[in-house]
Amino acid sequence: MPMRFLLLFSRQGKLRLQKWFTPLTDREKKKVIRDVMALVLARPPRSCNFLHWRDIKVVYKRYASLYFCTGLEDQDNELLTLEVLHRYVELLDKYFGNVCELDIIFNFEKAYYILDEFLMGGEVLETSKVAVSVSMENADTLQETMEEYMNRPAF
Amino acid sequence: MPAPIRLRELIRTIRTARTQAEEREMIQKECAAIRSSFREEDNTYRCRNVAKLLYMHMLGYPAHFGQLECLKLIASQKFTDKRIGYLGAMLLLDERQDVHLLMTNCIKNDLNHSTQYVQGLALCTLGCMGSSEMCRDLAGEVEKLLKTSNSYLRKKAALCAVHVIRKVPELMEMFLPATKNLLSEKNHGECELVPQLVRILKNLIMSGYSPEHDVSGISDPFLQVRILRLLRILGKSDDDSSEAMNDILAQVATNTETSKNVGNAILYETVLTIMDIKSESGLRVLAINILGRFLLNNDKNIRYVALTSLLKTVQTDHNAVQRHRSTIVDCLKDLDVSIKRRAMELSFALVNGNNIRGMMKELLYFLDSCDPEFKADCASGVFLAAEKYAPSKRWHIDTIMRVLTTAGSYVRDDSVPNLIQLITNSVEMHAYTVQRLYKALLDDISQQPLVQVASWCIGEYGDLLVSGQCEEEEPIQVTEDEVLDVLEGLLVSNLSAAVTRGYSLTAIMKLSTRFSGVNRIKKVVSIYGSSIDVELQQRAVEYNALFKKYDHMRANPNPNVAVITIHASNSTEADMTDFVFQAAVPKVSRPNPAQIIKCLCFEVLIHGFGLRMRIKLTYTLKGSPVQDLAEVNNFPPQSWQ
Repeated sequence: MPMRFLLLFSRQGKLRLQKWFTPLTDREKKKVIRDVMALVLARPPRSCNFLHWRDIKVVYKRYASLYFCTGLEDQDNELLTLEVLHRYVELLDKYFGNVCELDIIFNFEKAYYILDEFLMGGEVLETSKVAVSVSMENADTLQETMEEYMNRPAF
Repeated sequence: MPAPIRLRELIRTIRTARTQAEEREMIQKECAAIRSSFREEDNTYRCRNVAKLLYMHMLGYPAHFGQLECLKLIASQKFTDKRIGYLGAMLLLDERQDVHLLMTNCIKNDLNHSTQYVQGLALCTLGCMGSSEMCRDLAGEVEKLLKTSNSYLRKKAALCAVHVIRKVPELMEMFLPATKNLLSEKNHGECELVPQLVRILKNLIMSGYSPEHDVSGISDPFLQVRILRLLRILGKSDDDSSEAMNDILAQVATNTETSKNVGNAILYETVLTIMDIKSESGLRVLAINILGRFLLNNDKNIRYVALTSLLKTVQTDHNAVQRHRSTIVDCLKDLDVSIKRRAMELSFALVNGNNIRGMMKELLYFLDSCDPEFKADCASGVFLAAEKYAPSKRWHIDTIMRVLTTAGSYVRDDSVPNLIQLITNSVEMHAYTVQRLYKALLDDISQQPLVQVASWCIGEYGDLLVSGQCEEEEPIQVTEDEVLDVLEGLLVSNLSAAVTRGYSLTAIMKLSTRFSGVNRIKKVVSIYGSSIDVELQQRAVEYNALFKKYDHMRANPNPNVAVITIHASNSTEADMTDFVFQAAVPKVSRPNPAQIIKCLCFEVLIHGFGLRMRIKLTYTLKGSPVQDLAEVNNFPPQSWQ
């Protein structure tokens, strides 16, 4: 039922985010990335957004210069997964204000934090856009300013 | 030591690299700086360094030396440190490494932290990558958080609990009381968690759970789909639950707005649920009609999903799916490759005795125009369907001819012997078949399976060909010499594979008992006695031997001689070598003794008692010798009487 992984990569094949929901070795992860990226980047422009790879269904959608790509089990609802990907893009857009690939490159850690407020273990955790924004805002406020950071002891 | 450069600075610098080598150099330099910084146990910049390391890790460079640093960050009091530390742990550590167990204590402390966002970080990390040991150790803390009044934490705790239970199913008992409370809540968050938990709690009181749950409007499709999935689980093997949900499923199916993908996603989930539970037939027909409507949708994703679902239900709800046959067949003309493939599979599944002619027309048209990757599967499908439902022998042979001429080179190897058998059994069609195949050969000799079948037929029924006995269509006028011209042409052509040459040589030989111009055949056969191709050479030599030693039998070409051709093919992946086929028939007390001949086409004498043959196969497969003995008794009487 849950997603197996979520990948973001550019048209040139540069990875921008990788989230794994199943335990895999580094080598296995690299293989998945290589294979799935190759398959998705080779798709002709107006194909449908689903394809099969090994025993999983791959759902992908291109937003500007980035591909959002996820792997699903056989019984999962592909149409809904497109909505999940879309929701994640909306959350990024709300946080960064008109998000573009550069935002995700230079603030990759924030992209992960947002993802962790939206999904957990490959399942949708929070369906309210507002709730996710509020959590992110509050957590960001908790992050120390440079001065606070330097003055506070670590342990 | 100067302060390590900031993360964004590093990213900017690395992006200016023009070559892979330049990038690698920058990365190595930075890694060295980071390593010395780690060695100095610098608390101030650890966070910055680990963040940089994570960026470089994403580019594909090794970052394992930062693992322990992540643990130190997690243990820090500063929120910034913890955030990066947990992120690093999730990216760099995985449950197969012992190092990650060191996190357990930190996570335990953070699960009890005063700040909910720290607790959230801990829950998230545990819920994404906690190993079974960690889950066992921390299950108690998670369970405690399931009962908190803080809904933010409750939601995270619940999904974390799901992960824990997946990893350590025995812990399910521990979570039951808390989840019962969650289920009575009306808050959206918890209800999403129900499906996963229910799957594990399925032996419980759920059968009393009311499916009339408040389904929110389309603004929360994730929740709707979750509920549908829950219903699917509940109704799967339970008649009563299934009956209780019939109404609401029908309601969702008819009232959901389908103008956007999200509405269709809900409909799709409804269809999946209906098909999975023990629903009444009216509901199932409704579901299939929804899928039929999906097929007409402009959005190709929806068409794809419809075809995939129909493929799953075509066995159980065959008649309902049949009603959408014409739409499905139209999808064969879709531009998208995945849709075409599914439409093809579904079309084959729908072929039956009633629609075979119409369907076959469409499928043959598809075979003509489709991409090469489909041709082999399509051809096999056509053969299978034709075999099962052919309305007449003539139609069957015509269909086969059509496949061989349009997709001849994509046909599978085992189709050739299958087709030959089919042709042999259609006795009344022999003349028609050989004539059509001959004409096809005149047009095109490049498609090997076609050429092989044609050669065999000509060898077998060449007499019918030259005598112009065809009833089904206008018989053509062809002389023995013309036929031999064609067969010899195959032998010399560059387009012919070695196997094909074998077929045509054998065919030429067989015609020596059917045609009158034996001398020409003798000449051809003797030429190939010195062929470079070992296979051809062996055959030619043995045929020559037949000419010399057994010419006396030629006077009565048919009565005492049965020609038996065996086809042997290797369907394993390894090579087979040293293949020897031996056959023997029993000696009887008559003047002419039985013969034991070692070749692939041979003649045996029969004595009117019925033909019994003992065969022995020996060959070497993957280095080890294999031997097979058998007796063959079931030769059709016509062959020896």
